[in-house]
Amino acid sequence: MSEQVKMFLNGDEAVAWAVRLCRPDVVSAYPITPQTIVVEKISEFVADGLMKCQYMHVESEHSAMASAMGASLAGARTFTATSSQGLAYMCEMLHYVSGSRFPIVMMNANRTLAAPWNIFGDQRDSISQRDSGWIQVYVENGQEALDMIIQAYRIAEHEKVYLPVMVNLDGFVNTHTYEMVEVPAQEDVDAFLPPFKSLNAVDFEHPKSYCISAGTDWNMEFRQQQQQATLDAEAVIQAVDKEYGAAFGRSYGGMLEEYRMEDAEVCLVALGSVNGTIKEVVDSLRGEGKKVGLVKLRFIRPFPRDYFKALAGRVKAVGIVSRDLSFGYEGAIGSEVKAAMQGAGTAVPAVNFVAGLAGRDIPRGTIAEMYQKLERAADGGAYQDMEMVDMRW
Amino acid sequence: MKGKPEIDHSFRRPVGAAEMPLGPCADAGILVEGNAGWRTMRPVVDREKCVKCMICWTLCPDGVIDREVNIDMDFCKGCGLCAHECPRKAITMVKEGEEA
Repeated sequence: MSEQVKMFLNGDEAVAWAVRLCRPDVVSAYPITPQTIVVEKISEFVADGLMKCQYMHVESEHSAMASAMGASLAGARTFTATSSQGLAYMCEMLHYVSGSRFPIVMMNANRTLAAPWNIFGDQRDSISQRDSGWIQVYVENGQEALDMIIQAYRIAEHEKVYLPVMVNLDGFVNTHTYEMVEVPAQEDVDAFLPPFKSLNAVDFEHPKSYCISAGTDWNMEFRQQQQQATLDAEAVIQAVDKEYGAAFGRSYGGMLEEYRMEDAEVCLVALGSVNGTIKEVVDSLRGEGKKVGLVKLRFIRPFPRDYFKALAGRVKAVGIVSRDLSFGYEGAIGSEVKAAMQGAGTAVPAVNFVAGLAGRDIPRGTIAEMYQKLERAADGGAYQDMEMVDMRW
Repeated sequence: MKGKPEIDHSFRRPVGAAEMPLGPCADAGILVEGNAGWRTMRPVVDREKCVKCMICWTLCPDGVIDREVNIDMDFCKGCGLCAHECPRKAITMVKEGEEA
């Protein structure tokens, strides 16, 4: 492996560098805070002749995804990026792309959805699209962002998968925070990620009809196929992560990462950047002799059902930190973790902590309080199914 | 009729998951059914009035009119575009089941 260059980059820039290394044929671009730096940086690379790709500045996010789909249909390795309102705007196209099985990779900057309008980070945007058929991963920092864009193409383009992948960064906390990032050499990324040879692009020798209708009598069989491919992605995710570790010296555990879980009595489950803070709190509490741990959930689709089923037998209380809220119920991933744990048949207290919406910070003290609440629940104390944390009232 | 579309009677729908295409796509150029059953009106050409201007041939959305203005009744869906556009009113739409 050639030397990796250490660069001082924000999360958006790290994504742009990763995209450059993946050599996409087409980038369709529409800016939205806090993703703008991704598409701006890529446009600079293209203008400077450092990236050979068609850069399409489109008129909306719906067009960004529609044109990305057209490009993929033409056999191009394709990239686009969005956030929040833009993700919502392209919603119908997300379903079109996944149902049609195009291996597009998209970076999403997690930002809340209006109303009320706000540019800061939470995961309401991507979590509200968890049914769209896209594989979704949530990264903790800029290094993981860079690494996952590269891994995402390998996952998406795997013949057993052939599904689009969304790489999520927390808005501002990840996208705009500067960190030291190791950037692999082009030749090493080329060896890891060979040129794209589409399995379903248009072919003049073998003309096809694409994205056809499927009637009541055939539609469910296509959905069954899509479901199977999404489930099969789990093994591919694990394998690609391992291979990436061997090639570049960094791997992340695949579907999820366990942090100090070996003998943990209570644990939190979280997505994205807050995992960094939680790890510090875990270390601090462990220093006091408390048996706490963390499950850094990375992929929500496919969902690691069996892992959480098994978790129910290992710990005495679980807290799920949700940077989203499905109004009228609770954080959606909170529900999903609880449901998977229920499958084990044991009743483990599970608390959904809704925190950090619209960029509200989740400080260490708050996380320590979460662990305290879990310990009380583990001891048979009262707990709430869901609570909104750090509120004025 | 020259160039009449052919129905592929050997076409088989997928049997089992392994035979499904990758996503909703299908080989082009295969006709598996005629669509004459959609029709409630059929076009009737008056040979006395027809001057072979070829407007109907150009406009037919299913391409079932040939250069001799013969209409392939296995595939005509009875949309009536030909009758509507004919400058000589040489084509009349007649209800199926009735005499012209």
